[in-house]
Amino acid sequence: MSEPNTITINGNAFTFEPGETILDIAKRQSIDIPTLCHLKGATPTGVCRICVVEVRGADKLLPACATPATAGMLVQTESPQVVAARRLILQMMLASGNHNCAVRGSDGRDWTHFQMGVQQDDQSGELCPVWGDCRLQDLAYRYQVDGHAFPRSPSPYPMETVNPFIVRDFARCIQCGRCVQACNEIQVNNAINFGYKGAFTKIVAAGDRPLRDSDCVFCGECVQVCPVGALVEKDVRYRVRQWETEQVRTTCSYCGVGCQLNLHVKDNRVVKVSGVEGVAPNYGSLCVKGRFGYDFVNSPERLKTPLIKENGQFREASWDEALDLVAARLGKIKTDHGPDSIGVLTSARVTNEENYLASKFTRAVLKTNNIDHCARL
Amino acid sequence: MTNTIGCIEKADLILVTGSNTTENHPVISAFIKRAVSFKGTKLIVVDPRRVKIASFAHQWLRPNLGTDVAWINGMMNVIIREERYAREYIESRTVGFEELKKAVADYTPERVAEITGIPAKQLVDAARMYAEAKAGSIVYCMGITQHTTGTDNVKSLANLAMLCGNVGIAGGGVNPLRGQNNVQGACDMGGLPDVFSGYQKVADPQLRERMAAAWGVTGLPDKPGLQVTAMIPKAHSGEVKALYIIGENPLVSDPDLNHAQQSFEHLEFLVVQDIFLTETARIADVVLPAACFAEKDGTFSNTERRVQRVRKAVDAPGQARQDWQIICDLATRMGYPMAYESSEAIMAEIATVTPSYAGISYPRIEHQGLHWPCPNPEHPGTPILHIGQFSSGKGVFNAIAFIPPAEAVDAEYPLYLTTGRVLYHYHTGTMTMKSEGLMDRAPESFVEIARQDAIAHGLDEGAMATIASRRGSIQARVQISAKAVPGTVFIPFHYAQAAANTLTNAALDPISGIPEFKVCAVRLSKAA
Ligand code: SF4
Ligand code: SF4
Ligand code: SF4
Ligand code: FES
Repeated sequence: MSEPNTITINGNAFTFEPGETILDIAKRQSIDIPTLCHLKGATPTGVCRICVVEVRGADKLLPACATPATAGMLVQTESPQVVAARRLILQMMLASGNHNCAVRGSDGRDWTHFQMGVQQDDQSGELCPVWGDCRLQDLAYRYQVDGHAFPRSPSPYPMETVNPFIVRDFARCIQCGRCVQACNEIQVNNAINFGYKGAFTKIVAAGDRPLRDSDCVFCGECVQVCPVGALVEKDVRYRVRQWETEQVRTTCSYCGVGCQLNLHVKDNRVVKVSGVEGVAPNYGSLCVKGRFGYDFVNSPERLKTPLIKENGQFREASWDEALDLVAARLGKIKTDHGPDSIGVLTSARVTNEENYLASKFTRAVLKTNNIDHCARL
Repeated sequence: MTNTIGCIEKADLILVTGSNTTENHPVISAFIKRAVSFKGTKLIVVDPRRVKIASFAHQWLRPNLGTDVAWINGMMNVIIREERYAREYIESRTVGFEELKKAVADYTPERVAEITGIPAKQLVDAARMYAEAKAGSIVYCMGITQHTTGTDNVKSLANLAMLCGNVGIAGGGVNPLRGQNNVQGACDMGGLPDVFSGYQKVADPQLRERMAAAWGVTGLPDKPGLQVTAMIPKAHSGEVKALYIIGENPLVSDPDLNHAQQSFEHLEFLVVQDIFLTETARIADVVLPAACFAEKDGTFSNTERRVQRVRKAVDAPGQARQDWQIICDLATRMGYPMAYESSEAIMAEIATVTPSYAGISYPRIEHQGLHWPCPNPEHPGTPILHIGQFSSGKGVFNAIAFIPPAEAVDAEYPLYLTTGRVLYHYHTGTMTMKSEGLMDRAPESFVEIARQDAIAHGLDEGAMATIASRRGSIQARVQISAKAVPGTVFIPFHYAQAAANTLTNAALDPISGIPEFKVCAVRLSKAA
């Protein structure tokens, strides 16, 4: 039975590397153990306990994310005892605060009263802003539980909306601590941590100040990792639903790190940005510019037609007219004063393909080497 | 970068200099902060400002502005005197060590202290710390390059890295952080006056012939062209009559703006192709509306030479078009038919004429980008340069002497000014200033000043100050900050309304043509 470095999960034997957790092995084998607090790249905290599994010989259930595999271990990931434990955890989470999606249960008992309270807190007549994009909701469906098993406990803390980027809704926080780890162990901005005790536990910035007056640099890593609707981008909250959007993966257009990001598109507009997880160079992380600096794409000030200056004023022109004019003027200057009387500034902002063509145009068509870009400026 | 971003976490020691990493390359700063906080990696920061990353450092050295060659030579002096250098590596892989030894011999810690203001003991400690590391990574940015001695500074850092055998190993390297998304690519693709794509010299007749054949033309010009910092004065003198500017805003980013503005006005014809009516576009004769990154397909090459995909997510507004389509149409109208089916077809052509990109194609980089050099379709790319051998044969030590910055403080202009960026804005702000959120966090320009300088000038926090240099003056709000060291103030260059580059010195590095943005002399007074 105890072959070296072999573990048996749900009756199947797998080999593992020393140091791997039960969760690591399960993930590799596509065995679905649910997680909430677990965050890749950060120290396992084991706080949410949703990932508990049954291990033969252990006197209690063990969190898969924080339990290293040992040789000969026999693990059950969905035994009746495991399922019962997960249901209990989910029921307690759903009963606290403002989880007003459908999983809360609409059997009429206190539905109306509860919904009205939440809508008052949210200043919105809609269901939870992350409805359809929430790990807690997913798990409540999976384990068929609602929020009625325990008396409801409202959150003692009001929502924080005073910064331009992130809404912190403590009434939907399940205190999994992922945001704390993202901030301290992934981005190392050290802006937030657990504060207060017991029923008053809250994720706080130093001195329980709003993020805007803290060390927070609005990288939004915490928003991306929050499994529920406790941290949501201000511009997304109640404006965009996940199912209305399509995601297009691309490369950030700000600094030279070249972070991989997803543009979330609704009605031909970029409405949200998220980091692409699991790939270099940024493994999901972004900074405030990459994550929140996309307004310019939709800006009404974008140039929409070619412009030609006449008597000191711009007037709109067609492409044909504008390009004919440019070709004629450049052509004439080239003939009259020689190719080296023309210069081209290409750009660190445009693509490789475009830079290549700018170089080809300058050298093969204008016949000068007067080409440079301003990136050193 | 000689190494990758991920490689930073493999270093035993990181030396960050001239980089306000947490604000300008936040995601790379996270790699550095993680290494230091959780992996026992040592961090030395050398920067004239007490930037945020310095708070993570085991040692922060504060050099006077523009004295980088001196402290680097000083560190090498210590390492050589104490025989802490990588003897075998130097013997087998480099040339010029004896010359270097001579050149740094009189940069004793005591003399360096006089030039740089770095206490001798701190310099010695830092030198030992760097030399002791198994893998030491040097990370730098514009604080090193934007000097009249920028090229010297960069070469000096390379000297230091080679001296300790840190080039060509995992976790080591000399790693410049590129400020803009595709600076690397603009250079790689021949957006430079002396080279075709892949740094192939225009002066080389064979290469010229090859390119001419590939492009189906004759008579490609053989003389290297003008750098941007030379084009603008030549516009002023009338030698350059027309400029075609794609996606740049030199009227905020150039040094000595008043002079640049006049130069542009002398042009006979100015075409600007951009996504907004920038300060530069406003004075153009023709403005062409371009698509932004979210509206186009293509590739960018990041600071670690990784070629990555850009994908179209939305349509461009109105009649705006992708830059490559505009260039094709213009070329065609000027008698050279240029047409491609897609950006992918352009990349296919790039691969045929650019040895370092020869193995790169869209299918290969669909999921994860590749690092050039990537010479053929089977090649896995080159994450770390110079492993085993320098790509040019032997690593060359350059003996370099310290030269002071072009402008020094005096009775009339008694404070040093250095410029840079803030977290919430990017370059000239064309994009970031369209964001309410980013503007809320960083609404206007400011002058960052040490408390004792503020008191000496009678300036209160939040008051408006006039900052004047020999070239012009601007107004900005006073921000008293622990980042500033007495004697030196800082102004971000993003804001056109208080353009820091009205003040900066256009003195150039003789080789790179980069202006000395990081040092000039100013005086401060309460705004009237
Ligand atoms: S936005 Fe970034 S810095 Fe701010 S709390 Fe979240 S993770 Fe921390
Ligand atoms: S805010 Fe979100 S990530 Fe943070 S503890 Fe609450 S639920 Fe978890
Ligand atoms: S998200 Fe921030 S760090 Fe990443 S590439 Fe964009 S600007 Fe740079
Ligand atoms: S995911 Fe394992 S304890 Fe939370």
